[in-house]
Formats: sequence, C-alpha cells, structure tokens
Amino acid sequence: MTKFIIRRILVAIPVMFAIALATFLLVQALPGGPFDTVGQKAMPEHIRELLERRYGLDQPIYVQFFNYLGNLLQGDLGPMLRSSTDDVNDIVAQTFPVSIQLGLLSILLGFIIGIPTGILAALKHNSVVDSAATLIAVLGVSIPNLVLGPLLILIFGVWLGWLPIAFWGADPPFTLYFLPPLTSQFWTHAVLPVFAIGTGISAGVSRLTRAGLLEVLAEDYIRTARSKGLRERAVVSVHALKNSLIPVATVMGPLFAGAVTGSLIVEQIFAINGMGRRYIQSIGSREYFLLTSLTLVYSVVLIIGNIAVDVMYAWLDPRIRYD
Amino acid sequence: MTAQAAAKGKPVDLLVDSKSRSPFENAWREFRRNRLAVVGAAIVILTVIVAFIAPLITPYNFYTQNTRENRAKPMTGYNISETHAELCTWYGTPLEWGCTVYLAGSDALGRDLYSRMIFGTRVSLAVAFVGSTVALVVGIILGTISGYFGGRVDNLIMRLVDFLYAIPLLPIIILMQVYFQALARQGVREGIAGVLIQMNQSMGGLLFLFIAIGILNWIGMARLARGQVLSYKHKEFIEAAESVGSSQSRIIFKHLLPNIFGPLLIAETLAIPAYIFTEAILSFIGLGVNPPIPSWGSMINDGYAGLRSNPHLVLVPGLALTFLTLAFNFMGDGLRDAFDPKMRGRI
Repeated sequence: MTKFIIRRILVAIPVMFAIALATFLLVQALPGGPFDTVGQKAMPEHIRELLERRYGLDQPIYVQFFNYLGNLLQGDLGPMLRSSTDDVNDIVAQTFPVSIQLGLLSILLGFIIGIPTGILAALKHNSVVDSAATLIAVLGVSIPNLVLGPLLILIFGVWLGWLPIAFWGADPPFTLYFLPPLTSQFWTHAVLPVFAIGTGISAGVSRLTRAGLLEVLAEDYIRTARSKGLRERAVVSVHALKNSLIPVATVMGPLFAGAVTGSLIVEQIFAINGMGRRYIQSIGSREYFLLTSLTLVYSVVLIIGNIAVDVMYAWLDPRIRYD
Repeated sequence: MTAQAAAKGKPVDLLVDSKSRSPFENAWREFRRNRLAVVGAAIVILTVIVAFIAPLITPYNFYTQNTRENRAKPMTGYNISETHAELCTWYGTPLEWGCTVYLAGSDALGRDLYSRMIFGTRVSLAVAFVGSTVALVVGIILGTISGYFGGRVDNLIMRLVDFLYAIPLLPIIILMQVYFQALARQGVREGIAGVLIQMNQSMGGLLFLFIAIGILNWIGMARLARGQVLSYKHKEFIEAAESVGSSQSRIIFKHLLPNIFGPLLIAETLAIPAYIFTEAILSFIGLGVNPPIPSWGSMINDGYAGLRSNPHLVLVPGLALTFLTLAFNFMGDGLRDAFDPKMRGRI
C-alpha cells in the first residue's frame, strides 16, 4: 500500500508540472495585462514598462516560468501584481482554510445525511419511505447550487430572518490550519452555504447507498447470515454495510471534485472570502501568479483526494490489491 | 398470458411465453413501468418541442426591451403603446391579451421573462445534446482504440486520462472561456482562430462553450468504453470472428460497438445534467453565451442583485433549470434501471 501511495505521488509530479505550464501559458495568452489601467485611466506607457520589468514580465515566457518554478520549489508562490502588501502566499493563507472548511463540512453533511437516508430507503424497500427518500434524493441532485443558494438565502435569510446571508463566520488563521472555531457566529454563518453544497452531495450519496445496499442484500451470503439466525441489525451492520458503500467510494473522486468546484459558485453567491471567489475576481485583473498558483493548489487537492479515495476503496474491498 | 391460456382451456405447453422479445423490448417494458422515468422522458421531449416552436408560443422576442415596465411582478398587466404592441408576435391574434400581461414578470431591462425562459431552453438543450455527443464520440473513439489495441497505445491514452483527471475542470474551463471571449473581442480574423471565432459569434457564443465542455468531459466516457471493450474482447464470439478472418475494423464496428453502445449512451444521459449545470455556472459568472441570448444561468445572474425585492427574477429561470435537470435525472435513472437485468421486476 505504501508503495502504491508513493508511486501515485511520484506520478503526480509531472502532472502538476504540466498543469502549471498549461495554466501559466493560458493566463499569459489572455489579451491585456495587469498593469494596463490605474483606476479608470490608462497607465502611462513608461510606468507600465517599469512595473512589468519589476515583476519580470518583460522577459521571455520560458524564463518567467523557470523563475516561477524555482520560487515554487522554495515555497514562494509568487508575487501579487496589483497588491503591494500581500503576495500569493498571504492570499492563500487567507482564503484556503475557508475553502477547506466549506468543502469538508459540505462533504461531511453529505455523508451524515446521505448514508442513513440511503440505508433507511433500502431497508424499507418499496414502501412509502423508500419512494419519498428517492424522490427527495433526485430532487436534491437536480436543484443546482445556483438555484439552491439564492433560494435558501431568500427563505432563511430574508423572509424568516433566522440566519445570516453572507460572509463566513470566522477568519483565518485557524487552529491546525483548518479546524473551525466553535462559536455560534461561525455555525450560523456556515449553515446556509454548507447546506447549499451538501444537499446535492447527500442526494447523490443517498441514491448510491440505497442502490448498493439493495444489491448487497440480495446476495447469497446475506441469506446465509439470516438463516444462521443473526439479528437483522447485525446482518446489515456487520455484513452488508461495508460492501454496500463500495459504489459510493467509486464516486468519491468526482464527488470531491464536485465539492471543490461547487464551492466556487457558492462562494460567489454568499460572498465568502474563499479561494474560488478570489480566482474569479483575479481573472479580470490578470493576476498571473495568483491564477497559476491557485490552479496548482486546486489540482493538489484533487490529486490528494483521488489518492485518498483509492486507499479507502482498497480498505472497503479487500479483493482490490494495488501492487 | 399463461393464466389466460390456462383459463381458456388451452394446452399447457403454452406455459412458455411464446413471444420472443429483444433486449430493447424488454428494456422498453421496464422503462414504461417506471412512472417517474416516463414523466421525465415526457418533459424532455416536451422541452425539445418547446425549443423548436419557441417563437410561436412566446408573446415577445427575447431581446424586446420595454424599459418603462422593468422589474414587473408576474401576471401584472400594463398599458402599452401602439408601437410597442406591434413588437409583440401575438398582436392582432386572439392571444392579444398576452401582450398586455407579463406572464412571469419582466427583468431589469423590461424584457419578458416568460419569453426569455422559453428561448433559454434552446441554449440549455443545445449544450446538453451537442456537448454530450462530442464527449460520447471522442470518448468512444479513444476508449475503443485504447481497449482493443492495448499495449503502448492503451498505456498512452490511459496516462492522458489520468493526467486529465487531476485537472481542476471548472477553473480551467473558466480560463479557456475568458481566453476565447477575449480573442473574439479583439476581432481576430485570420487563420483557424479567426474562422472559429466567426463561427462562434454567429452561434451567439455557443461554439467555444461546446468545445470547452466537450474537451474536458470525454474522460469518463473513454474510461467506460475501454472497460466495456476489455470485458467484451475475450468473449467467444469475438474470438470466432477473428478466427474466420474478419478484419479488425469489421470486428470493432459490427461486433463490439453495437454491444457497448447501450451502457455508454445511458451513462452519457446521466451526465447531461452536469453539462447543463456547467453552462449555467459559466453563464452565471458571465462567461457563457453572448447577451442578449438568454441563458438561464445569465438570467439568474442578472436577477440576483434584486433577490430581496424581486425574487421572481431568480426563481423563474431557477425553476426552469431545476425541472429540466430533474427530468433528465429521472429519465436517465429509468433508462439505467430498465437496461440493468438485475433490477428486472424491482423498482
């Protein structure tokens, strides 16, 4: 298993190099530069050249990329072109923990709601509970974040006034880099965005758990367990459950990616100061280094998520062996 | 059928169902039993019809502005001038009342929301069908090549797929869209880029959207196709075909593809809601189709600022989006359950 993980990490390095190169070239190819305007007016030509020289933007692209890589290996993600006080490391430190919290809480909510619902629907198969749960699950998957976000804001924020409608409840730095503080302000701010992303995830997880458990419960070894006289609860929890989660595990990779990209939109809607919002904002201002570094951070998150999913898949299904 | 045969006193060797059914007929029967799936399919077909006949069922065109009646609530009537009434396609017909009532309200520029919603089905359906077709075709081609020929080609393609799996899709799609749109704004006219940009502008900004969505979504389809080909490659009938001397292309096209096409089509149908979402998200950020062509995502974006006082600006396109994705989800689920032999007889 460790050899597998190490090999995956080693394979990921050229992948990240290629992603960095592609993104760097793509953002540099965008017409216009970061220093074209100052306020509403155009930047004077000689000052623009000075600024570009200061940040190394007048050099050939391969030299720029080489310098960027060199800095990257030393832990410096690059300078911010339009801000004189922060550089990219500061921006990442401000926004990344928030995005992690949002993503992890949504996935957690997805599993906390999704798995018990799926189990219940499967155990009470073909009953009213099952039909209701399936209907709610498909509904949850079908309502996009784009619609659910404003809807939740409207119902709970504007009409009922129970929950705040914007911003995240706490600012970095957090303990252990991403653990949330246990204040009521944090949780009231966190409810709506997490629900906006989490309900979609929980709907998908619930459907898969139900389908997996139904398939497992029809297997012969479950019949053996029952005929041995085991209580139904023991049959389900000891024998059926772990195997029924395998379809869920296969979809965890895309699920993870979905949580990451879903948070992009929810951050826009709820004005949360996370990585996605910064990303979209800095496209217009042509923040070359910020964009490349954030894309790299996203892909690191995706790669780690994929590796974790494969490890968990191997744990769930002992027949799988990665050599 | 057998009970009827027994009741009529017919001989009992009719216990075997004498009508032979093809797998498609079996699947169609299963599909019909699933009411939700039938409803979903009906809604999808209805939406396609609506997209085609959109000019007939809408009082206004999607770009007709009436800035004095902006942000009207749904079902509010108003007095319109003669000149403005002539812009209404129902003017002079028995449906003329439709020109004086905003069925779903109007947006910030006074454009009829109901008409924009109907015309928005065109964009969403175009993305759904064209995007999924591109992903299906590219994925099947690469997956079949990879699975059938194996060896180095397989390795290469699978490396490419693994590489693409690590790419964060949405940020890259956003960057690509910005790049294409910036090129278009510059008015580039020479070379391949110029031709593409011309085509894109004539399609209202849809072409690059298709390219972006199709390029980055064929991966799942390729993996599926490869898996299917691998599982069929060692079956006896393929071996028989090879031993009779069938050429490789004959084996692929006549034996492999018809067998693997079914599950792939179903998987692609299940992925269509994701394409609709992606287009809505891109339009929400402002990187989708060019205005004034209505897309539900851009309508939500326009209406979002007035959420408190005019929720209908967001709810009308939002509900439309939800219904379409719901329909595709039901239909896709029903198709998958109908073709899955293990689910036969179980809902």
